Amino acid sequence: MQTEAKQAFSISDELANQIDQVLAAHDHDATQIVGILLEVQDLIPQQYVPEAVAFYIAEKLPIKVSIIYDCLTFYSSLSDKPRAKYPVEICRSVVCRVNDSDSLLDTLKKILNIEVGEVTYDGRFMIEEVPCFGACDVAPAIRINGKVYGHLDTPEKVRSVLSSLM
Amino acid sequence: MSSEVRFITKNFGKYNPDSIDSYISIGGFSALKKAVKMDGEDIASVIAAAKVKGRGGAAYDMGRKWSQARAVKGEHKLVICNADEGETCTFKDRELIKNDPFNLIEGMIIGAYTVQARDGYIYMREEYRHLRPRLLSAIKQAEEKGFLGDNILGVKGFNFRLHLYSGAGAYVCGEGTALIRSIEGKAGRPRMKPPFIKVSGAFALPTCINNVESFSIVPHLLLDDSNVYTNCGNGESIGTKLVSVGGNVRKPGVYEVPFGTTVREIIFGLAEGIPGGRRLRLVQFGGASGKVSDERILDTPYTYDDLKAAGVDVGTGSLLVIDDRTSVIDFLRYTQAFFSHESCGQCTPCREGNLHMKLLLDKLAAGEAHPCDIEKMKKIANIMTLTSLCGLGEAAQNALLSAMKIFPEVFAVGGAH
Ligand SMILES: Cc1cc2nc3c(=O)[nH]c(=O)nc-3n(C[C@H](O)[C@H](O)[C@H](O)COP(=O)(O)O)c2cc1C
Ligand code: SF4
Ligand code: FES
Repeated sequence: MQTEAKQAFSISDELANQIDQVLAAHDHDATQIVGILLEVQDLIPQQYVPEAVAFYIAEKLPIKVSIIYDCLTFYSSLSDKPRAKYPVEICRSVVCRVNDSDSLLDTLKKILNIEVGEVTYDGRFMIEEVPCFGACDVAPAIRINGKVYGHLDTPEKVRSVLSSLM
Repeated sequence: MSSEVRFITKNFGKYNPDSIDSYISIGGFSALKKAVKMDGEDIASVIAAAKVKGRGGAAYDMGRKWSQARAVKGEHKLVICNADEGETCTFKDRELIKNDPFNLIEGMIIGAYTVQARDGYIYMREEYRHLRPRLLSAIKQAEEKGFLGDNILGVKGFNFRLHLYSGAGAYVCGEGTALIRSIEGKAGRPRMKPPFIKVSGAFALPTCINNVESFSIVPHLLLDDSNVYTNCGNGESIGTKLVSVGGNVRKPGVYEVPFGTTVREIIFGLAEGIPGGRRLRLVQFGGASGKVSDERILDTPYTYDDLKAAGVDVGTGSLLVIDDRTSVIDFLRYTQAFFSHESCGQCTPCREGNLHMKLLLDKLAAGEAHPCDIEKMKKIANIMTLTSLCGLGEAAQNALLSAMKIFPEVFAVGGAH
């Protein structure tokens, strides 16, 4: 079960180095903050932007940290809270719904033994309900770290997707 | 009889989308070469003559938009490709970027030449991040070959650079002013107009925004000496349209159809109809913000005018087919959930309206709604449509208001207060 544990996050030298590279690739251009945050989020194992990282970016760019938080809280693809190594995004929009994404959601909950918004005990998986991500032609679909898995209309197919990540 | 025409999609599968040489080998960039010998105004006229309407949903006259953008004075102007494609059941732009990225880039360069823009942006939704490497590589290759950069094709002073920006999971960022704010590195909340984008867009520079499909039509149209495009369709609806068909059909997908094809041909011909012998409940046109109809729409020709007369719109060109396993109310609740999630919350009618509409729909679904609740729904829907700040709030209740006309029995609840 997820406890909203406040983990102290410290930036390793390696991560600082990687963030510096992302900033350099974006020419330290503050207008590219959304793209920068997306790329930095990918570098963090739990797929989020920790506070320490937000402040680090704010100082390096430079940009006001309030702008970073405005973006982190406005954009659904960005998170300021820890997620999981594999956040399982299940589409809950209409095309997937009429292709029985309810059963898909039940299957996910059963296999992972968690509810929506919870993280598995090992921090690997979490279930998130998201709106249409443009995979309606392969509904019902999920997306994990940017990769779409479609036609998930049997528990066997869901199981094989998840075990491919184990 | 169901026929597809390949005009906008004619390059699909014909070349390797990761190689500019492969694109050039099938005639790529010959439209640009032709364009730079033309006057910008004449390019806009070709588009206007073919009556191309913007393919992002609003169906604005594209030739007119380009000549207006051209007329705006400014040292530094921009073109932006809207690849945010956030409407439900809409995935045609995804296919265009995936299968024919160079044609999109060529269309944008021609756009830049026409409106005299120096920089271009492709704003692509985060959900299509798997297509980023392909687009980035395509831009790089086009730079290396001199199709992007300074003095393009030897035309003195024709300087144009292209940048790829990512959205981050906000449907509202497809709205022009929100998109612009997102490109500027801010949260994508829409703003009031004026100032209009064509005069003061991204970074307060004059900006011309078009959809992926809109730009993708241009290179083909400029080279269409045998009038393949203009021979399709009739009246205000000339040419072809990409439609994204999804829902309860055997073969969901993107189909290019000549305007005038009937809705039946699209759903039961191209998409092969509803599986399992089930009946059609409803069809939604143009994504979550689109209107609905039922089997009465099937023999309507797919054109701007005919659909409008039948109470729906082309919109993004999507066709969502729903069979009798889903009730009208459940469909409306799914659609409502989308808008409740996507409202940016900045203006009262949309923020509060969506909230209340969800509660009222839940009540209706639970069989607990009174006639006064139905009246309330109508009232809130109309207020939202009339007073919301941006198109999201304006269109959020299109599905509900049209469903009230098509399925009055669903809203015919009994009982007094
Ligand atoms: C809430 C909202 C979302 C929109 N999303 C998109 C989108 O994802 N893609 C798009 O091309 N147009 C979208 N539009 C329409 C654009 O604002 C604009 O009309 C269009 O990009 C102009 O290009 P076109 O004339 O080529 O269609 C959206 C509009 C609104 C109000
Ligand atoms: S209509 Fe909705 S999305 Fe648009 S500005 Fe108002 S609250 Fe935001
Ligand atoms: S509705 Fe599920 S991906 Fe579009």
